[in-house]
Amino acid sequence: MITINVAMAVVLAVLYSVGFYLLLQRSLMRILIGIVVLGHGANLLLQLAGGPPARAPVLGTADPGTFADPLPQALALTAIVITFALTTYLLALGYRSWVLTGKDEVQDDVEDRRVAARERPEGSLEEDSTGPDDVVDPGSAAASDEPAEPAEPAEAGR
Amino acid sequence: MSTLVTLPVLLPILGAALTVLASRSARLQRLIGIVVLTAVSAVAAVLLVAADRAGPVVVELGGWPAPVGIVLVADRLSALLLLVSTVVTLAVLVYAIDQRITDYGRGTASTTFHPIFLLLSTGVSLAYLTGDLFSLFVAFEIMLAASYVLITRRVNAARIRSGMTYVIISLASSLLFLTTIALVYASTGTVNLADLAARVAELPPGLRTLLSMMTIVTFGIKAAMVPLHFWLPDSYPNAPAPVTALFAGLLTKVGIYALLRTQTLVFPGNGPSAVLLVLAVLTMIVGALGALAQNDLNRLLSFLLVSHIGFMLFGLAVDDARGAGGTALYIVHHITVQATLFLVSGLITRRTGTVSIEAMGGLAKRAPGLAILFAVPALTLAGIPPTSGFVAKLALLQAGADGGAAAAAVAGVVVLASLLTLYAVVRVWVRVFWGAEKEPLPDDDPTDELVVGTARTSRPMYAATIALIAVSVAIAAAAGPLSAVTGRAGTDLMERTPYVQAVLG
Repeated sequence: MITINVAMAVVLAVLYSVGFYLLLQRSLMRILIGIVVLGHGANLLLQLAGGPPARAPVLGTADPGTFADPLPQALALTAIVITFALTTYLLALGYRSWVLTGKDEVQDDVEDRRVAARERPEGSLEEDSTGPDDVVDPGSAAASDEPAEPAEPAEAGR
Repeated sequence: MSTLVTLPVLLPILGAALTVLASRSARLQRLIGIVVLTAVSAVAAVLLVAADRAGPVVVELGGWPAPVGIVLVADRLSALLLLVSTVVTLAVLVYAIDQRITDYGRGTASTTFHPIFLLLSTGVSLAYLTGDLFSLFVAFEIMLAASYVLITRRVNAARIRSGMTYVIISLASSLLFLTTIALVYASTGTVNLADLAARVAELPPGLRTLLSMMTIVTFGIKAAMVPLHFWLPDSYPNAPAPVTALFAGLLTKVGIYALLRTQTLVFPGNGPSAVLLVLAVLTMIVGALGALAQNDLNRLLSFLLVSHIGFMLFGLAVDDARGAGGTALYIVHHITVQATLFLVSGLITRRTGTVSIEAMGGLAKRAPGLAILFAVPALTLAGIPPTSGFVAKLALLQAGADGGAAAAAVAGVVVLASLLTLYAVVRVWVRVFWGAEKEPLPDDDPTDELVVGTARTSRPMYAATIALIAVSVAIAAAAGPLSAVTGRAGTDLMERTPYVQAVLG
């Protein structure tokens, strides 16, 4: 069983909480950064599973007690490559989404939009005329502090 | 024999490389895909026979012995699931190839579709065969990375949102998986599943419960278990029919397989697990009720998929040999039938030009063959005797009846959820195939692969669908021998010693 020191525990706590906080945001870019930060946290935790930091793995003929376990380092290396590759894909996808929709905002679930449309009183139809995509969750402040970009022509992405 | 275990992973990944090289020739790409998947099916069949006769087949990669090196293990469960998955993948590939030929002409090669399709198959094979928690993570990543590309290929503005949701949820669950692996390694010093089986038992109970719950959440997201299912009905319906069929057939079931493997091997409990029983009930009921509220055919099928994940969770929750065997049988049945239903839905969409059930009607007159193609898998999913669904549900109900009062009560929910499934598919039948005949809608967006509003279908697309229906009929016909195999697989899972001994020697 491995125990970790307080400094590392604090760093991990910060990385995980910042990552999860950003994941819950409305803006796609923040979610993306959230995934990156969370990935750093997970990879750091994986590294620390091999022993205290600042030790080298397999160091010549020294006492085995002073080594760091090399296996978590190998695992972390693999995991870093995977998270890096998927982050680039996500970035590309985020750009594509911006080109197609002209907004850096995660839209509501189809079901949520349907429920919202059903609950809205009959009189307020003029709000609806901008299209179902613009139904904004009233509790979300992030939606209002970022004015929507003017929609690009969809052909730009083709 | 043991080198055979590497082939289901090696062949598709080499095939993927070859299809990249062959990106000039559409014909060569198709040939490679079909040959590779046929070969993997044959290998899986051989492995199943070998594992059933002489116990798990193990190969140590690079010659490193078990707790240090990575092992691939084909026991009864993994070989059986590998066989069914590969056969379904092959049928879906034939359907997809033919859909491409129908839509784009015979000569169009694709630089992405075939390689990605085979990579997805690689990931699925590796996930079934690996005996190592970290390789399981890598397998999931291969599979999911391939699925990200398939679900976001040629997206338009309307579909990019659901693709984004899918990718972000999957990435978050993968990072959770990575965290779990880190905690498991820090507490036990190994990631080999067989080694973990012994070492996790020595941990303090609180830590063991924490690790167990983290694996349930991680694989629960991947398996779309309620309340972690929201991404599925939102993203699956937005992919082209063959892709949805493949995802619905395989991806969630790999999650269930991982759950089954880790819960029985690494975190064995004593008797029915209350947490899993509650989750199973929620999944069955929420999924079925969600399906009843849908108008979009693919969304309806996605909710039914969620509901039936609950059936598999139930078998796992009963936590005895019969329950595990019942889950294995149910996975086999469900992979086949759910993929078939999505393929049929693709065919229906091509006849009607819409996925909206309200906009369809009277299709039985225009396409009586299609009506039969829908009816058979729909009734199989609902579990009407003598279909494979009935056989699989019977196995689960028997396990529930023997598993104590709580399990028996949940077995009642299984029957209720089956009835709700039946109600949902019958409603689809009445609205789509009976009633006033409605004209097919025109294809208003030719770039949209999802809704092709013409009657353009071709025979091999039907042939692939019929082949899958034949597989599910074969499962029903071979119910005796098959349930004997899954029963033995369930016993293996509960005893744990065959697996551990085969790996650690």
